[in-house]
Amino acid sequence: MTVPLIYDIGSPGRMGTTLPDVEVPETELPKELLRKDLDLPEVSELQAVRHFVNLSQLNHAIDTGFYPLGSCTMKYNPKINEDMARLAGYAHLHPLTDEVGSQGALALMVQLQEWLGELSGFQGVSIAPAAGAQGELAGILMIRAYHQSRNDKKRVKILVPDSAHGTNPATVTMAGLQAVELPSDKHGEVDLNALRSALDDTVAGMMITVPSTLGVFDSKIADVIRMVHEAGGLMYMDGANMNALLGIVKPGELGFDVMHYNLHKTFSTPHGGGGPGCGAVGANEKLMPFLPGPIAAITEAANEENDAPLYGLVMPKKSIGRMKAFQGNFGMHVRAYTYMRVYGGEGLREVSRHAVLNANYVRAKLRGVYPMPVDRICGHEFVMSGTVEGAEGIHALDISKRLMDYGIHPPTNYFPLIVHEALLIEPTETEDKATLDMFIDAMKRIAQEAKETPDLLHSAPHTMPVGRVDEVRAAKQLVLCCRPIPEPEGGD
Amino acid sequence: MSYIPHTDVERQQMLSAIGVTTIEDLFDAVPSRYRFPRLNMPPAMSEMEAAQELQALADANEHAADYALFRGAGAYHHYIPAAVNHILLRGEFYTAYTPYQPEMSQGTLQAIFEYQSMLCALTGMDAANASHYDGATSLAEAVTVALEVSRRKRSKIILHPAIHPQYREVVRTYHQGSDLQFVGDTGKSPEKMTAADLIKLIDDQTAMVAVQYPNFFGSIEDFSALVEATHSAGALIVFVVNPMALALFQTPGQLGADIVVGEGQPLGIPLSYGGPYLGFFAVREEYVRKIAGRIVGETIDHDGRRAFVMTLRPREQDIRRDKATSNICTNQGLMALAACVYLSMMGKNGLRRAAEIAYHRAHYAAKQISKVKGYKALTTKPFFNEFVVKCPKPVETINQALIQRGIIGGYDLGKDYPRLKDHMLVAVTEMNSKIEIDTFVDVLKDIGGV
Repeated sequence: MTVPLIYDIGSPGRMGTTLPDVEVPETELPKELLRKDLDLPEVSELQAVRHFVNLSQLNHAIDTGFYPLGSCTMKYNPKINEDMARLAGYAHLHPLTDEVGSQGALALMVQLQEWLGELSGFQGVSIAPAAGAQGELAGILMIRAYHQSRNDKKRVKILVPDSAHGTNPATVTMAGLQAVELPSDKHGEVDLNALRSALDDTVAGMMITVPSTLGVFDSKIADVIRMVHEAGGLMYMDGANMNALLGIVKPGELGFDVMHYNLHKTFSTPHGGGGPGCGAVGANEKLMPFLPGPIAAITEAANEENDAPLYGLVMPKKSIGRMKAFQGNFGMHVRAYTYMRVYGGEGLREVSRHAVLNANYVRAKLRGVYPMPVDRICGHEFVMSGTVEGAEGIHALDISKRLMDYGIHPPTNYFPLIVHEALLIEPTETEDKATLDMFIDAMKRIAQEAKETPDLLHSAPHTMPVGRVDEVRAAKQLVLCCRPIPEPEGGD
Repeated sequence: MSYIPHTDVERQQMLSAIGVTTIEDLFDAVPSRYRFPRLNMPPAMSEMEAAQELQALADANEHAADYALFRGAGAYHHYIPAAVNHILLRGEFYTAYTPYQPEMSQGTLQAIFEYQSMLCALTGMDAANASHYDGATSLAEAVTVALEVSRRKRSKIILHPAIHPQYREVVRTYHQGSDLQFVGDTGKSPEKMTAADLIKLIDDQTAMVAVQYPNFFGSIEDFSALVEATHSAGALIVFVVNPMALALFQTPGQLGADIVVGEGQPLGIPLSYGGPYLGFFAVREEYVRKIAGRIVGETIDHDGRRAFVMTLRPREQDIRRDKATSNICTNQGLMALAACVYLSMMGKNGLRRAAEIAYHRAHYAAKQISKVKGYKALTTKPFFNEFVVKCPKPVETINQALIQRGIIGGYDLGKDYPRLKDHMLVAVTEMNSKIEIDTFVDVLKDIGGV
């Protein structure tokens, strides 16, 4: 099933909205500066609504079905969050409103920062970054700025395990530092010997995900942190997997110096079909002065005259600067605040306990059906190989595409890179046992199909609006908008 | 327990399937010293109580639903047709993930493709990506493209001082780890710099020149000589634009831009105290393989049906890792959808009409303000919907008087340009009625001059 392009359903002169009169005496337009034409759709409101509703129905989403996408934490996005973000006092608040006129928003931001700090054991939190990747960039720039501030300019390397998300090495390069890849040992954990030989006085720090991208809590993490610190480096925690840690362990107490959070993973702000995200960054006392700003803070404590403190926006003393215009993705702050308020501290601990329970349940049920390269108790997600004994030529991709026919979004595939035919499965805490059983059953059936009717997998999906798409053609014959772009001369 | 559906019976069944007795047993790998820390946080709250608390905090803000708003400076209060929000609230859109699995994500993919098409139309460029975080980070990413085009041989970036001050800060934050030279906006009187002054700075080390259109002060400058000089030097010219202005004025494409970036917030996205917004990014075709961020392309499926897919993927961080030029791994998907629905609803005629209304009302406001003794709208250059007013008193004092009469006044330019103390940047949109404008002018009269 395909839906026509919005450009193809209009008629000249049609309009989907109404506008007020000019009301004031008109001023002549500067003719020589005006554009000639504006090639936008010309559709009615109903045409537009029907078009986008029809498009929406081509999507899989958390609201339509199970989404066990590892490292993405596709948990339920509570509806109350959306209502709160749309309250007029938030939605229509101008970003440059004077501080006295934005006390409610600032109070909310301060509280959110405090809760994030409490959950992670960090003294300072900035919610200015727009997304997880921006939080990473902020954290690595902070590490760089810290060494620079001590005039220790030879520290240019950041160690990154080979199991890391691609954003980690890309962030290091973006920050003007060098990513040094560290091999993992056979359990997918940091190889301490490799770490030892990589550590010297040119190492600025190390980035690591906890629990690891293989879904397990690295049993040597305390040693890793100690060794890097002893070598004068700082420890960055990639908080993508924070959903396993709420009330379980505080990264700051483990010895990390800085981390980023993904509010769109752990704290239920919606993924929105690819964004917006929201990436806070937390730091210990050493790195706090370097946090990106502005940060919401109490600028005047409550006193006898005023029972409420005065809130304002401040730039930390040695801040790496602004990551985006204004003060962060505030609409996401409102959603995360709402979520945390409804759960409370102990409720958030239950979130991680049940996320880990769900992942281990699915893992236990699929043992023996698919190979498990790391066969032990997992965190909130686990990795297996998308291969089936006795079914040669079946790949993780085939299993993924076939899952769609069962109404389930595929797990993350081919990540982490160090696992052969990886399928990374993260059920999240909001799924009930019946849904997990349905998934387990589908995975078992697919393993059977792989042996008996492999073509069913190779040609999957069969029930989606489109079949497997030609990605090579998309890249070769670039069509990025209504008129095609010719191929560049020579190779790229 | 809020959104956790487990019953006691199910928990027990699951634990025995795993082969452990309690949930705590699943955390043995965590060092016991640090395991299960105390959390100094409030207890759970019912949805009702949480909503009441959030409502009270929202009510403590001075916002554009309660006040007439004349502040812009990079974020604008435009009318958003009701249908836009209804589409954004479709769970199929807002609770979907990045469309890595195209067969299950054709809705998001086609919407982004249509968004890209509309942005190309609006900017007069050949290709647009699926968006960056906001206008400021789009500009920071444009710097990277310019450096890549120069094969990292050039290191000078010229920034027009009338680019949004926070955008110029963000560009510097992003590139603090490299040895770039940022010039153009560092003089003693940046507000006086013109395009002609910038031409003098261009040399064979220059990778990029960036300008804003209309500029931060609202003016539409003539950049033709600057564009020519930039191209003669083999550098890229980047336009930071307000997309609403493009409904009326010549496209940056017509004016010679190589890259067009800007803040898409005016296109159907609420002010929301600064985010989430929409950084758009459009380029000439020869640069499309150099840009960061997601791009959606048209293709076919194995049965020959039209389909959409994320393309030119090998540029991205998850594949290229430390060789990627950016670490970005989201786009502002839902905000791009908002812009797409907004531009569809407004359409060719509606968008232009809204821009015309804003234009006429802004010009009326400027004229009326200039009639008040002591105030002068500085409008020697053409402008769209924003202009600078020279005031006889501190802007803060004026804004305090305005708020008493239900008006949020303009932006205090003295905060960013010390020599523009007592200068207010005033924005007018189709949301500001004649009555609001007249009241604004009346308050200025009441405050009086020096």
